[in-house]
Amino acid sequence: MVYLTRRAEFSAAHYYHNPELTSDENQRLFGKCNNPNGHGHNYTLEVTVKGAVDPTSGFVVDLKQLKDVMSREVLDALDHRFLNKEVPEFFSKIPTTENLAIVIWQRLAPKLTAAQLHRVRVYETADLFVDFYGEA
Amino acid sequence: MKAHLTRRYMFSASHRLHSDEMSEEENRVTYGKCNNPYGHGHNYVIGVTVSGPVDDRTGMVCDLVDLDGFVHAHVVERYDHQNLNLLPEFRKQVPTTENLCISIYEIVKRGFSKAHLDKVRIEETMMNSFEYLGENGR
Repeated sequence: MVYLTRRAEFSAAHYYHNPELTSDENQRLFGKCNNPNGHGHNYTLEVTVKGAVDPTSGFVVDLKQLKDVMSREVLDALDHRFLNKEVPEFFSKIPTTENLAIVIWQRLAPKLTAAQLHRVRVYETADLFVDFYGEA
Repeated sequence: MKAHLTRRYMFSASHRLHSDEMSEEENRVTYGKCNNPYGHGHNYVIGVTVSGPVDDRTGMVCDLVDLDGFVHAHVVERYDHQNLNLLPEFRKQVPTTENLCISIYEIVKRGFSKAHLDKVRIEETMMNSFEYLGENGR
């Protein structure tokens, strides 16, 4: 089994707000991230797939295919978007880095046929990242 | 759904690698430059990984304010700009980054209850890093 990781970057805006909480509760829970006008990050995404090395190609996965799926399913949808307003999953879910990692996994997993998705890692900043392994 | 969150922190500290159980010569052979008597220092980068179900209400594994507050108060404050050899945990133990990693893991494990601690990683330099996942870890 060999693990292969492909990195990509995207920039997006978001804010944290739970409509079931009062303004005060939202403010207390989310602090500056609750500003309704939003703020943004340069996110770094790392997608790790695993599989046996194909004896003919020497590949775990055709990198071009992986890159195309990442571009189509994730980057085209998220890059330079306001996550809360433009990405359907975040109409009802708070776009935290945790949920972003889960949503990216859910977008990629069904489309990656050539190799098995192992991990989605999303860096919100260099000092904060989330890993999702598809665990329930 | 379960996610794993990693937060990085930094502190700077000095240390000297020297074991009282070895002769001067053995210490020099074992620790090389790190055995120089007056010590030296590093900018340590700590990665603390916690995990748990993502809370529907908050979208979070745990509130970063809580994690940052704990790690700053109990780890960064404890080690930043200190000589590690003079701290109680390193009176009897050599302050290698392996042992520092275990000490920090134990501090977080004992005191932070808002999420499960997966691991502590320390980068001593850009070229060296160490990870501890607890006694039963991988």
